[in-house]
Amino acid sequence: MIPAVEHAALAGSIEIHRLGRRPKGWSGYVTGLAPIADLTIPWGELERRLLEMGIVEGARVELMHEGPIGRDPIAVRVDDATVALRRRDADAILVAAAE
Amino acid sequence: MSAPHVPEIALVGCPNAGKTALFNQLTGSRQKVANYAGVTVERKEGAFVTPAGRSVKVLDLPGTYSLRGRSPDEIVTRDVVLGRQKGEDVPDAVVCVADATNLRIVLRLVIELMSVGRPMVLALNMMDVVEKQGGRIDVGKLSAELGIPVVPIVAIRKGGISELLAAIDRLPLEAADPSPHGWREPTAEEIRATHATAARILKACSFHPGDEKLTRKLDAVLLHPVWGVLVLLAVLFLMFQAVFTWAKPAMELIQATIEMVGVFVGASLPEGLLKSLLVDGVIAGVGAVLVFLPQIVILFFFIILLEDFGYMARAAFLMDRLMAGTGLHGRAFIPLLSSFACAIPGIMAARVIENRRDRIATILVAPLMTCSARLPVYTLIIAAFVPEDAEVWGFGLQGLTMFGLFATGIVSALLVAFVLKKLVWKEEPEPFIMELPDYKWPAPKNVAIGLWIRAGAFLRRAGTIILAIMILIWFLSTFPAPPEGAAGPAIDWSFAGRLGHFLEPIFRPIGFTWQIVVALIPGMAAREVAVGALGTIYALSSTGDEMHEALKPILSQQWPLSTALSFLVWYVFAPQCASTIAVIKRETNSWVWPAVHFGYMFVLAYAASFATYHVVEALTR
Repeated sequence: MIPAVEHAALAGSIEIHRLGRRPKGWSGYVTGLAPIADLTIPWGELERRLLEMGIVEGARVELMHEGPIGRDPIAVRVDDATVALRRRDADAILVAAAE
Repeated sequence: MSAPHVPEIALVGCPNAGKTALFNQLTGSRQKVANYAGVTVERKEGAFVTPAGRSVKVLDLPGTYSLRGRSPDEIVTRDVVLGRQKGEDVPDAVVCVADATNLRIVLRLVIELMSVGRPMVLALNMMDVVEKQGGRIDVGKLSAELGIPVVPIVAIRKGGISELLAAIDRLPLEAADPSPHGWREPTAEEIRATHATAARILKACSFHPGDEKLTRKLDAVLLHPVWGVLVLLAVLFLMFQAVFTWAKPAMELIQATIEMVGVFVGASLPEGLLKSLLVDGVIAGVGAVLVFLPQIVILFFFIILLEDFGYMARAAFLMDRLMAGTGLHGRAFIPLLSSFACAIPGIMAARVIENRRDRIATILVAPLMTCSARLPVYTLIIAAFVPEDAEVWGFGLQGLTMFGLFATGIVSALLVAFVLKKLVWKEEPEPFIMELPDYKWPAPKNVAIGLWIRAGAFLRRAGTIILAIMILIWFLSTFPAPPEGAAGPAIDWSFAGRLGHFLEPIFRPIGFTWQIVVALIPGMAAREVAVGALGTIYALSSTGDEMHEALKPILSQQWPLSTALSFLVWYVFAPQCASTIAVIKRETNSWVWPAVHFGYMFVLAYAASFATYHVVEALTR
């Protein structure tokens, strides 16, 4: 079952965050992908790159590690894989805390 | 009658799936490594015979997460699979190699590959790891759901290979329709849909990934903001320590052997041109380069080991923010690190960078990393001019000078990248999205094959271009012979001497003598050749260690300190390598970038040497 962002938001019971702003150790699941403010590549391209790495609605995520300078980049466990990305790009990933 | 068609299969998979390990198991060390026509992506081909007696060619394609093809490597994978690659036949079948511990991502690729319509087998690698971690998957059910054969394998131990070969035997290789069809670039919604299909299939196969405890535990230390950085520094320190100390016995052995050969050949030939050519030209010249084989092997040993273990991606993670300061991202760290062995593999490793300008910036700064070919030059000059027992704060001054030269290279590479990306191109950073693969024990056989291929490439270079150049310099510095009763060294009369004298005014402001200028010319073939050339110019007919020992007092007597330091600084920056220029031309597919590379490094080298020479002159006067 893939949780839809709209339903969750309508119900008002789930808080949606951007993954790039979550602290280390946070875990939850992906509720959607949304464009960030200053894109450096077209949104459709960034969206597909994230999807191809398994960052898709419903995927479990856990923010495992942070880089040594400025807590950036972050290493995120996405289901069974670990993906490294910068916080600014991770802001495109909408997440909600695990129940 | 035409030769029967030899079926060809292509290995496709995500990066780190164990594709190369499987390729090594299938083909052993009988591999042909070349480039694809028109592009410089490494093309690895091998062959094997199936149990049914069919000869099959196998192609190891670059790893990719999708067929969309963003980097040159990924584009080759896509074009070969789709039959669009120039000079390549459509593969008769595709073997998709999947890391079973990470099935979700690859299953989406499998579904995408199936839409191409080639006969296909899924090789499920690392099933033993999945089971050890308490995971499971119903392989029979997976095969039924996908509609293609699925074979569990353990690529590093040859497990399941015979089952895989049997599955390949059952494929309709000859009957396959040679015109592939059915693929176009998917939209985001279509990628979501294949993910949903993959998730449904995995559920139907009662998939459970198991728990990866080792990677979690190791990453807690290796990616830790403090411990992780300390470990990275320790790894780099160990690597360079090994290159300098472990290599020593082997280097001494090679030197002794070369000397013995030189003495033996010298003794068994009559005085004359042939003896001079063989002893002074061929043996001394090629020997001066062969000596570096142990260092290159050790450096590549570390790089392959760290890559196979999964650590390189962690190093990229730790270095990303630092690299971001220059406008590059963490991935550029690996090409730059490889450039410490040689800029050529480093520049070729830049292919993993998707953004074209990031690739070009990485390629342009890679030659500033101190490659192993500069070491003989550094070693010689440092030994001749820096006292062995001098110490600064308890550290040997010789070692500190070496460290300073390495550090200068690194800092200037970062500065040049910064200038290019932030000031010239004024670019926003490219997204950095990279998988950190689970840690795996490197398989000795794969490390050995990797080393074998790289050492072979180095030896071929020593045996061809460097040999030719050594004979050329010997010729230039031997002919024309001085007239009867002429005073001064013979080389003064030769072509090389005249060329050196002719170019000397250009280099006089940075303190170079004409002998140095003469040595710079053959040094364009390969930096290390300059040492051998200096030996020839100072009319030494010894080889290896003996030549180094003999050159030291000559240099320290004839060169002022300011010239020696200016020469060292020149070597940090100078575009002193024809192979590097050639590889930049190939990789960027244009003459613009090799010209930019040559121009900016020449200017940097000249300016830095000029400053060094005059500052040292002023201080030592």
